[in-house]
Amino acid sequence: MNNYNNTMRRLGRQTFDFPGCPVITSTGSVVGEKEGKGPLANYFDLILEEDMFGEKTWEKAESKMLKEAMLLAAKKSGKKPEDIDVMLCGDLLNQLMSCSFTARDLQIPFLGLYGACSAMCESLLIASTLIDGGYANSALAAASSHYCTAERQFRMPLEHGNQRPPAAQWTVTAAGAAIVQKNEAKEKTGPQVCIRRATMGRVMDAGITDTHQMGAAMAPAAVDTLCTHFQDTGTKPDDYDAILTGDMGFIGKQIVIDLMRKKGYDITPVYDDCGVLMYFKEKQDVHSGGSGCGCSASVFCGKIFRDMMNGKLKKVILMSTGALMTTQSSQQGESIPGIAHAVSMEVM
Amino acid sequence: MKEKLETEKEAQKKDQRKQKAKEYENYVKGFTPKPAYFSNSLKAFFVGGAICAAALWIQNLLTGGGMKETDAKTAVTLILICTAQLLTGIGVFDTIAKFAGAGCIVPITGFANSMVAPAIEFKKEGLVLGVGSKLFSLAGPVLVCGISVSVVIGILYWMLG
Repeated sequence: MNNYNNTMRRLGRQTFDFPGCPVITSTGSVVGEKEGKGPLANYFDLILEEDMFGEKTWEKAESKMLKEAMLLAAKKSGKKPEDIDVMLCGDLLNQLMSCSFTARDLQIPFLGLYGACSAMCESLLIASTLIDGGYANSALAAASSHYCTAERQFRMPLEHGNQRPPAAQWTVTAAGAAIVQKNEAKEKTGPQVCIRRATMGRVMDAGITDTHQMGAAMAPAAVDTLCTHFQDTGTKPDDYDAILTGDMGFIGKQIVIDLMRKKGYDITPVYDDCGVLMYFKEKQDVHSGGSGCGCSASVFCGKIFRDMMNGKLKKVILMSTGALMTTQSSQQGESIPGIAHAVSMEVM
Repeated sequence: MKEKLETEKEAQKKDQRKQKAKEYENYVKGFTPKPAYFSNSLKAFFVGGAICAAALWIQNLLTGGGMKETDAKTAVTLILICTAQLLTGIGVFDTIAKFAGAGCIVPITGFANSMVAPAIEFKKEGLVLGVGSKLFSLAGPVLVCGISVSVVIGILYWMLG
């Protein structure tokens, strides 16, 4: 058996320590047409020619994207679906449609996670916990979102004529999947991306009711989780080569920088946001940038993982952020609760 | 007595939360760019004006051809609705609306769009439970409020003789 002991592997109240350093062995990313015309196009494994992906409905297209991303990730690790112990994933749709229907096809034991756009980090966090706790040898952590499925569920029909306010964000059509495995030091051949620690977020609500102000609604949660991560792990922003939030967008990013400065942390040299990186702001007319589960999932699985394997980045915090409102809660006048989960990784 | 104190405390907390939310909202405003109100209004004015001018021109054409004015008005409305529906169907209307804003949303063209857009969107869920139930999802509230207000005004009009 493994070297299981009773020492608490938690730092502070919210942070998990993973002494076994689970490894992300491979990733897969699939993005839509618009994302494929953005600045990160070269990093993605597959760019769709049209967002329907040869399917009859947008929802089926999203499931297919997720499945493709998972199969790509598994293939790169030399695995078949039946070799994987658990699949953890989340999306934005009611009853996690994309994930559940993908899990139906792949027949991997499945835990569906809803954390709105924070799904990628939530799945990485739980995958690492299961692996480090000895409950799984390999796990699939994934998330997806699709502009057309999210629009019809949360906003307006696609062909409806309206003007988007400057704070509006564009739901990313993308899926990202990562294979997380037990760290077998003997098998080590090259650099490995290891998951060292992860911080679970608390739900923070600053009272924003405007559903177009997602970045502002999620910023307090992002700041809370990031500060907690620094405190629990005894690190500071300079200790990392990159700190990435999931989908704060252009406006949210500035708010996070400012709020962090007020807390005494200057994160500007290392900080960026996946929703900011995804598109050309003016040329692609995305207002405040990208959003959605697929945003942090595909940027991490596409760009960040590659940069880490290539030696460009060594220590990275990925923090996916989610806005936990529903269409009903907004109509009932409730404000938007936000959440953020952080995962810190290191090339070892 | 104790309960009263507690409810007072809760009310105070609620007020504080509201105050904080207000402060944060103002803080966020500092980071949010303002919509281009002036150029948006200008675009809406000219496109909206152009739609109305075109409608009037068609109406004049019809009455000039011998149609009764009331009939011509109905025909013009139908033409506007059909055009907007067609433009929605071929996926052009949302592009125009993005440019013109209220200029093409406020006239009956916007109403036509708000019926066709959900019809296209929810076709996949079937004709009855999809299109049938979602057809009025955007236009429904407008109709309910519009009809309710017209009933109230009708009653007032009748009472005042």
